[in-house]
Amino acid sequence: MERSKCLEAIYPELHDKLVVTIMGACAQELYNLGHRENFFYLQHAMGLASSIGLGLALHRPEEKVVVLDGDGSVLMNLGTLATLARYRPKNMVHIIFDNGSLLSTGGFASHTTSGITDLAAIARGAGIEHVATATNPLQFGEAVLGAFERDDLSVIVAQVRAVGPDKYGMDLHLPENAFRFRRHIAQRKQLAVSHEQ
Amino acid sequence: MYLLQRLEDDPEVQLIEVAKEEEAIGIAAGAYFAGERHLLLMQNHGFLAAINGIVSLAQLYSVPLCMLIALRGHWGEPYPWHTKGGIVTEEVLRALKIPFEYARDPAKVGQQIREAYTFAQSSLSPVALLLTRDLMED
Repeated sequence: MERSKCLEAIYPELHDKLVVTIMGACAQELYNLGHRENFFYLQHAMGLASSIGLGLALHRPEEKVVVLDGDGSVLMNLGTLATLARYRPKNMVHIIFDNGSLLSTGGFASHTTSGITDLAAIARGAGIEHVATATNPLQFGEAVLGAFERDDLSVIVAQVRAVGPDKYGMDLHLPENAFRFRRHIAQRKQLAVSHEQ
Repeated sequence: MYLLQRLEDDPEVQLIEVAKEEEAIGIAAGAYFAGERHLLLMQNHGFLAAINGIVSLAQLYSVPLCMLIALRGHWGEPYPWHTKGGIVTEEVLRALKIPFEYARDPAKVGQQIREAYTFAQSSLSPVALLLTRDLMED
């Protein structure tokens, strides 16, 4: 299974959610499908995408927050799984693409290579109730749709091949992405309030 | 009374406790994107452990951070294990170009926190208020 195909499959479902991705290949593949104002690409600070997701989810409970993470990033911040379990944001879906590789920083093997470290088991052990694994597109699609419909924190560990895009580059400066993402969230909030009135 | 206990009891504050300080940088950024105010509370060794997040998230993306940093390992510190971190904290803050102030007077610390928050927001930058031993209750 390829991550780019997974992203392609869920892309139509992302328009009404807040999406945070990790750096490198994952960010680029999402961007290549078409940037949207509700996407934030964390191009550095490995490990913190899920922490940003938690901060968003707790403070915008009416929004669904989707974090597109990776094995290398999660391994740099394993404590995040325990913090997520403790605060259990009902509106957050944490998708971890596990390619067993630090692909965007040189393609070196990560601890999950050949199944040595089991991130789904760590997530369960951290206290997260809804943890799914996916090794093929059908499983992935079902797990994601289930998580989008569920009113509870969900973690999905998707095993994907260690391949990325041929070219890198975005017409989007990093602070520009942050400013626009924040403004977009404020506009959605305002729109939601005006709909209620 | 411990500050954390007071924060836990305050209905206007949502206290989020983390496993490691760098997580809090991400959570604060998320809260900022969500349009909410935040304060970060950590010890200076936690600040030292959070530097990559401060540099590669907050500074890289112009996200304001208002950090209240309990300064251990400074004048009057009796415990050896705090001293190395305490000695380098100010130099690290300077190297990172993070504006900082010392808070020494309990009567003034409230105003200092408000000013730190205002400056973080206007500069879109991390700022630090160093909470010294003078503020600690016996």
